[in-house]
Amino acid sequence: MEKFNILEGIAAPMPLINIDTDMLIPKQFLKTIKRTGLGENLFFEMRYDQNGNEIKDFILNKDHYSKASIIVGGANFGCGSSREHAPWALKDFGIKCIISTSFADIFFNNCFKNGILPIIVSEDLHQILLQDAEMETTSIMKIDLENQKIFRNNGNQLDFEVDEFKKYCLLNGLDDIGLTLKSANKISSFEKEYSDKFSWS
Amino acid sequence: MKIMAKSRTLYDKIWDNHLIQTENNVSLIYIDRHLVHEVTSPQAFEGLREAGRKVHAPKKTIAVPDHNVATTSDRLTNFGSEEGRIQLETLDKNARDFGINYYAVDDIRQGIVHIIGPEQGWTLPGMTIVCGDSHTATHGAFGALAHGIGTSEVEHVLATQTLIQQKSKNMKVEVSGELGNGVTAKDITLTIIGKTGTAGGTGHVIEYCGNAIESLSLEGRMTVCNMAIEGGARAGLIAPDQKTLDYVKGRPNAPKGEKWDKAVKFWKTLFSDPDAYFDKEIFLKAEDIAPVVTWGTSPEDVLPITDFVPSPDNFQGSKVEAAKRSLEYMGLRPGQKLQDIEVDAVFIGSCTNGRIEDLREVEKIVKGKKVKSGIRAMVVPGSGLVKKQAEEEGIANSLKEAGFDWRMPGCSMCLAMNPDQLLPEERCAATSNRNFEGRQGRGGRTHLMSPAMAAAAAITGRLTDVRDI
Repeated sequence: MEKFNILEGIAAPMPLINIDTDMLIPKQFLKTIKRTGLGENLFFEMRYDQNGNEIKDFILNKDHYSKASIIVGGANFGCGSSREHAPWALKDFGIKCIISTSFADIFFNNCFKNGILPIIVSEDLHQILLQDAEMETTSIMKIDLENQKIFRNNGNQLDFEVDEFKKYCLLNGLDDIGLTLKSANKISSFEKEYSDKFSWS
Repeated sequence: MKIMAKSRTLYDKIWDNHLIQTENNVSLIYIDRHLVHEVTSPQAFEGLREAGRKVHAPKKTIAVPDHNVATTSDRLTNFGSEEGRIQLETLDKNARDFGINYYAVDDIRQGIVHIIGPEQGWTLPGMTIVCGDSHTATHGAFGALAHGIGTSEVEHVLATQTLIQQKSKNMKVEVSGELGNGVTAKDITLTIIGKTGTAGGTGHVIEYCGNAIESLSLEGRMTVCNMAIEGGARAGLIAPDQKTLDYVKGRPNAPKGEKWDKAVKFWKTLFSDPDAYFDKEIFLKAEDIAPVVTWGTSPEDVLPITDFVPSPDNFQGSKVEAAKRSLEYMGLRPGQKLQDIEVDAVFIGSCTNGRIEDLREVEKIVKGKKVKSGIRAMVVPGSGLVKKQAEEEGIANSLKEAGFDWRMPGCSMCLAMNPDQLLPEERCAATSNRNFEGRQGRGGRTHLMSPAMAAAAAITGRLTDVRDI
């Protein structure tokens, strides 16, 4: 996994609440057996009309925001299915960080597994960042994961919280399976004890 | 002095039994059953191959194609799409290469993964069950800790039979009293989401309890737990009782003989201690629950069928804009009577409501009647065995005579990955679980409801109060 440390980029405002995984990547693109190439279909139904032409009003179709690497999104971002195609599509498009007041559980986890940093902020901070994102001139933000800071365009610094272990994995680009397999002995002794006790399982 | 053990919830107990280690607030838990389907697994198996890894516990891993399979009778040769064919072929190859349990599309036991898990006795009380699908919560009806995972986690479970987790909080949803006429498990679960919102359960595992929940059959309980995810929860749970044991006993993969007795003894310890602590508690009276439908594009947009389409002004904050957008998408105007909304299609099926009892409910409503002319009504049984049983009970015939299209099992129009899709602006009474924009096909308009309510809509051609039929 790619390491995440400092990200500086354009933040796109998407204040709509309950942005679900069907919006992020509709079902017809789940037929792939690859992780790559989903970016062009990110937000497919919001981004393209029935004839496949770009819908000009859609934020990520605007010249400036088409280069966004951050989304400031509405509450309960990523609700719906467990499809990891959603973060794969975001990543493929170039989104590396999403800021919201809340995320759906599975999506939140899936982001970290793909080098995307989801940041939960308070309502107040969210409003500020949303306003920043809405103006092209203030929409460039810097995210410093190591020091857990968001730098606004005017130089202001905002703190954010992140789980220690998830931060460690992102900073070092660590693969979970490799980490878990370090505990292989512990797993096998647990497994033995467990299958003795719960023989039917 | 006797040392009292700390009071624990059912979730706490299952968690403790499966906890391998906790380091820096991150836990590794052991997984009893890993259910796999064709859409969220190819990349995980590819990852294993690239790293030269094996499936750690192939006997605990069960694969079945469901999301993408065609539901037409010629589906063994007609896949609906070339990509769909490749995805099925990939699962087939992966299942055989890695030696995991597998129900191929031509196997009568094939069906929606969350229907066949319980049906085949893979799902047992007290287990941890995961699947690369958010509706894994369904299995919580057995008192199993069951939840959806992403594909990276699928790979992790395949490789290690464990999952990295942080413990969720405990939430209790108690429904007490007697359910009214025409009120089903679906109405309970939708009403709960209507009350708590789609993020109401975020970060929590919900335990559903109370005598209204206890009164439900296992199939009804599965419907309730299935939609825990729509309420934002990681999982939903119902403590096992005699009904649970009766359902499980004799299933192909359920324990037998001495092992059964030992298991039952343990399963009887699976309940929340009387004074266990819940971080959040919700109480509902069964009498206050009516047959409901959704009006918008979020599962929290729930109202009793006797109600009216709301105005965005009824809401606050960011929900105002969301409601505006929903109404526009759904082609509805505030104040419209819900029962005046005409439908074009009816979809009966999915892991929420694709089981035999659901089909029986539908038959009760439609037997001897006709689907209103011009309405496309489709029934997709949840598994080959559900289909067979419905055919043996005469349900299939009643439904076909009424004008329903009787299909082969799969997820079908719940997520519309296969050719079973709504057309733009086509309006559907659906027994599935999500009414998101585009969920059942681009521009399609979904109203979620119980099987009985969807059956009633098929007859009248509009959203209908099942109590009037």
